[in-house]
Amino acid sequence: MSINLLSITFLQVTRELLSGFGVTCLLFILTLVLALPLGLVVCFGSMSRFKPLRWLFRTIVWIIRGTPLILQIIVVFYVPGLLFKVPLSSRFLAVTIAFVINYACYFSEIYRGGIESIPKGQYEAGQVLGMNKTQIFFRIILPQVFKRILAPMSNEVITLVKDTSLARVISVVEITKISQQLANNYAIIWPLFYAGAFYLIFNGLLTVLFRYLEKKLSYYKI
Amino acid sequence: MAFLKIENLKKSFGSSEVLKGISFELEKGEVLAIIGSSGSGKTTLLRCLNFLENADSGTICVADEVLFEGAQNENRQSKRLKSANDIRKKRLHFGLVFQNFNLFPHYNVLNNVTIASRLLAKEQLKQEYKRIKNDNKGDAAAIRRLKKECKDKTINSIETNALDLLARVGLKDRCKAYPCELSGGQCQRVAIARALALSPDVLCFDEPTSALDPELTGEVLNVIRKLKSNDRTMIVVTHEMEFARNVADKVIFMAEGVIEETGTPEQVFLNPKSEKTKAFLQKDIENDFND
Repeated sequence: MSINLLSITFLQVTRELLSGFGVTCLLFILTLVLALPLGLVVCFGSMSRFKPLRWLFRTIVWIIRGTPLILQIIVVFYVPGLLFKVPLSSRFLAVTIAFVINYACYFSEIYRGGIESIPKGQYEAGQVLGMNKTQIFFRIILPQVFKRILAPMSNEVITLVKDTSLARVISVVEITKISQQLANNYAIIWPLFYAGAFYLIFNGLLTVLFRYLEKKLSYYKI
Repeated sequence: MAFLKIENLKKSFGSSEVLKGISFELEKGEVLAIIGSSGSGKTTLLRCLNFLENADSGTICVADEVLFEGAQNENRQSKRLKSANDIRKKRLHFGLVFQNFNLFPHYNVLNNVTIASRLLAKEQLKQEYKRIKNDNKGDAAAIRRLKKECKDKTINSIETNALDLLARVGLKDRCKAYPCELSGGQCQRVAIARALALSPDVLCFDEPTSALDPELTGEVLNVIRKLKSNDRTMIVVTHEMEFARNVADKVIFMAEGVIEETGTPEQVFLNPKSEKTKAFLQKDIENDFND
């Protein structure tokens, strides 16, 4: 950062924070795009009829949900280097991997709850009508699951926005990290609150989006 | 040979034997009513016919085609291997109308009726597309046009058929409604149209009016009554004795997993031979009085 000592304007802070917010958004979007489908895979694994596979996935979910995300970020970043002498080249990559795995596990449980809440009769109606398993799942079950899990998903997604701030533990320069640096360098506290406003507005937009989705799906009741 | 032939069908869940060797025959166009108290195996019988449950042993034949033939000791693994696609095709011989409708809530009435046909047509269309592609090698525009024509024609005929069926159950004007906007009786009528859309050889009803308010059962029973025709074979599990007596060609009384009595409605209702049938019918009359 090229900063004059002891003085910084609001505009400069805004510019600095915006660059950090870009990283935050990128991390958020990448995690969401990758963890949503991966969560479905984990969900299938933990619902598998093949016992070893089911226990493997359930153990993974237990470990990931049972340990702090901050620890997982550190592990993903440092452990490959310590064990195999191949350090992860990119801090951002490490954080993304940790977030995707972590959120996929949380999503998988939400999916599982959604899938198990669909009455057996829906499967049977599909079967009787000669549909195969894939057709039943994607045409009958999943659309209904989507509606049912929208509320818990909005919770998780909003948490994800705020969790991205943990990326700073391995020095990924996202918005919280930058606001902290600004606060330290200039002995001013307001950049921290300013960063908070970014999160607040972003989550406000997400809330509106989820409300819109819920409204769109309210044309039918389950 | 009879159109539908069931022989010595058996099914157990764990140690409890639910079907202890069921055998009966049905001619094309006949309506069979199955009556009996709860837990007598009526529903399980229908579920076995529709392959929602795998019977342990016995045979199921429709129109001289053996759909199911199970020996008691066949191991489960080989049964499972046979299944999937095979069973899917066999299922199409039977249609099933559920007690609690099981309509797809996220599809409107028309889509509920057409979805299965559309998915089946999709598989056939794929082969048709291949043929078109081979016949018109290189001519991309023609291939695209023919494909579209072919698809439109199929979808059109499916929708026309569905609207016809909805008209027959008296719901053509509600074809854009969603199940949550319909009454229970209307839902069940949609479910009947949905089951008819695949024109099954045998249409089964699993207590079609049990989940309905008394004032709604009439409309559903009327629809079923009207469906009766020379080439539609139906099996109705029901607690509506009046309906069974008036509509059925044949009545089976089941008790504890066996067919206790079978015959024409007159035989079963007016001159029951078995003590259990007598007791059951007596109780039904008493209930009617208490109502």
